[in-house]
Amino acid sequence: MRAALGRHLSALILAPTAAATLVFVYGFIAWTAYMSFTGSRMMPVYELIGFDAYTRLWEMERWNVSIVNLLIFGSLFVGLGLVTGLMLAILLDQRIRAEGLLRTVYLYPMALSFIVTGTVWKWLLNPGIGLERGMHQLGWESFRFGWIVDPDLAIYTIVIAGVWQSSGLVLAIFLAALRGVDQDVVKAAFMDGASTLQIYWGIVLPSIRPAFFSAVIVLTHLAVKSFDLVVAMTNGGPGYATDLPAIFMYSMSFQRNNIAVGSATAMMMLCTVMAIIVPYLYSELRPARSAHG
Amino acid sequence: MHHIRLSITCLALATGALSALPALAGPPTVEVLHFMTSGGQAKGMKSLKDDLEAQGGKWVDTPVGGGNSEDALAKLRTRVMGGDAPSSVQLKGPLIQEWGALGVLQPIDDVATAGRWEQALPKLVSDTMKYKGQWVAAPVNIHRLDWMYANPAVLSKVGIRMPATWEEFDAAADKLKAAGITPLAHGGQAWQDASLFEIVVASVGGPAFHRKALVELDNAALTGPTMKQVFDRMRKLRGYVDANFSGRDWNVATNMIINGQAGFQLMGDWVKGDMSAAGKLPGRDYVCANPPGHGGGSFLFIVDSFAMFKSKNPDVLAGQKLFGKLMMEPRFQENFNLAKGSIPVRNDMKLDKFDACALAARDQMDKSIKGGGFNPSAIHDMAVASAVRGAMTDVATKHFNSSISSDEAVQLLARSIKQARE
Repeated sequence: MRAALGRHLSALILAPTAAATLVFVYGFIAWTAYMSFTGSRMMPVYELIGFDAYTRLWEMERWNVSIVNLLIFGSLFVGLGLVTGLMLAILLDQRIRAEGLLRTVYLYPMALSFIVTGTVWKWLLNPGIGLERGMHQLGWESFRFGWIVDPDLAIYTIVIAGVWQSSGLVLAIFLAALRGVDQDVVKAAFMDGASTLQIYWGIVLPSIRPAFFSAVIVLTHLAVKSFDLVVAMTNGGPGYATDLPAIFMYSMSFQRNNIAVGSATAMMMLCTVMAIIVPYLYSELRPARSAHG
Repeated sequence: MHHIRLSITCLALATGALSALPALAGPPTVEVLHFMTSGGQAKGMKSLKDDLEAQGGKWVDTPVGGGNSEDALAKLRTRVMGGDAPSSVQLKGPLIQEWGALGVLQPIDDVATAGRWEQALPKLVSDTMKYKGQWVAAPVNIHRLDWMYANPAVLSKVGIRMPATWEEFDAAADKLKAAGITPLAHGGQAWQDASLFEIVVASVGGPAFHRKALVELDNAALTGPTMKQVFDRMRKLRGYVDANFSGRDWNVATNMIINGQAGFQLMGDWVKGDMSAAGKLPGRDYVCANPPGHGGGSFLFIVDSFAMFKSKNPDVLAGQKLFGKLMMEPRFQENFNLAKGSIPVRNDMKLDKFDACALAARDQMDKSIKGGGFNPSAIHDMAVASAVRGAMTDVATKHFNSSISSDEAVQLLARSIKQARE
């Protein structure tokens, strides 16, 4: 009896979480998928009508704007986030003084919620009260920085705030990985006369591949689901120029009485994340599996 | 040990007694889900709360910030799905019918009959308060959307009068611009862009065109040359707005009128409510007028109302009846509408305490009911389904915040409305 308990103890302890995950994650995904094939408007109805919601979704001009915005925002947010975080990590890795303090300074934005970040950046970037006005008061009258009120450029201001917010986290991930690099190899390379750039490019960066993996996954899902940052900064505006799929989804499901289209949007977002993560997961995990197998 | 058991027994008895109490005799209770949170509106709601409490009722306040219906509706949906509907919800127009169709609304016919609501309300208004002939909601006010405000001090400074036509408006705007004053105070939120659009539809096209296009969604009207003129006018107005209008709240725009930074504001009469809350007087600190153009015979109405939701609790039913009764009493109608800037929905009331703008609204209302220009506002959920309203809002805000041509906007509008209706 006791032996049997011992054998199954881990399974028993994990069972409640597994069940909860099954219902509250996969169950709700399934429910959303089901909803997207119905004609639900204000409240859910359960009669299946096919791909109608998806057709209507792709006909909407505003949905196309949010997809384009997601591509712009997503690629810049992930790309710049990685580069900034990595650069900061490499600079901090030079065994400088007050490293602990600097690390806290860089990591601090992560402690703020996106709503706070968004509000602060909204004020900073607003030409009437923020940076532009400040420069005018300092005497630089010709200074112009009105991106946030320009429909074509507003999405880039979201990238700025997003990268500012998340680069600290990326820094932490990379710094931890850099500290794990075998110093003997680095020293050997140094003895052989390799330059710092060569050492980083040829030895250090390849050996921290798993850290890139974690950072990309974290940043990608932040980008696809980003909602609060945009709501706080521009609320999708000017017009709907900074709309992202998450905001579009919220708007359709909860403000426009269009649950079917909202669910279809959610499924499209899930597919986007899957399309990026699954191949990456596959390429990252395959060598490990073959090494063990 | 005995002590512990004894105290547990006592505790159990006491809890039992406590939980039994409200079922025996609770005060009439009403939970009010509303989004009247800005200055004048909050003052209006407070007067209703005081009335209810004076009569022994219990008021549970559930305000939703932001002043727009969308967030409140999202909250309502989750509450209803969870089987815990608030007893009274600020809800209006076709939405009352949509919720009625789900069978969750509570009829209060006896209160309506006793209060003679049928006789006191314009027919267009009383129709929206009923679901299948039963009263399920009570109205609090009539708002007029198509108003134009200005600061008389600013007007006299640059030597202009309230413009009666769009040509005069353009001339006035140019003078204001030359004097370094923003011609049009506007808040760049989607619903405000859309409100401006609807005002322009009614003033450039006239009330009959407004009804055809935005209420009946007639395709010929939506795609015709008049709609193109509407977008041309919107493009012109875009040029009169300052650079920082994006995301601004409407009351911040109103403030620009009050402190002389801007010339005109085109917005509903809730602007007036906030002006009164700030101690401003019509005629002295601000003036209200019909928007330029054909606006003379038009009245775009918005009726705020509270729908009653079913509950098994008898206290709640009593609360709803008391709430509905008080809401339609002249006393509250007067208090509330004085604070909010709207006019009483009852047509059998004296208006001696109301200001010049409210009297003008009342007058305009009677005229427009006779002349056929008394139309429900589509952008403010009085005429069309939320999906259609959303489509109109999207196009209006897209056009206002980009450089697409009027022709493109007309096509986009017709297409988006068609998609939303399917």
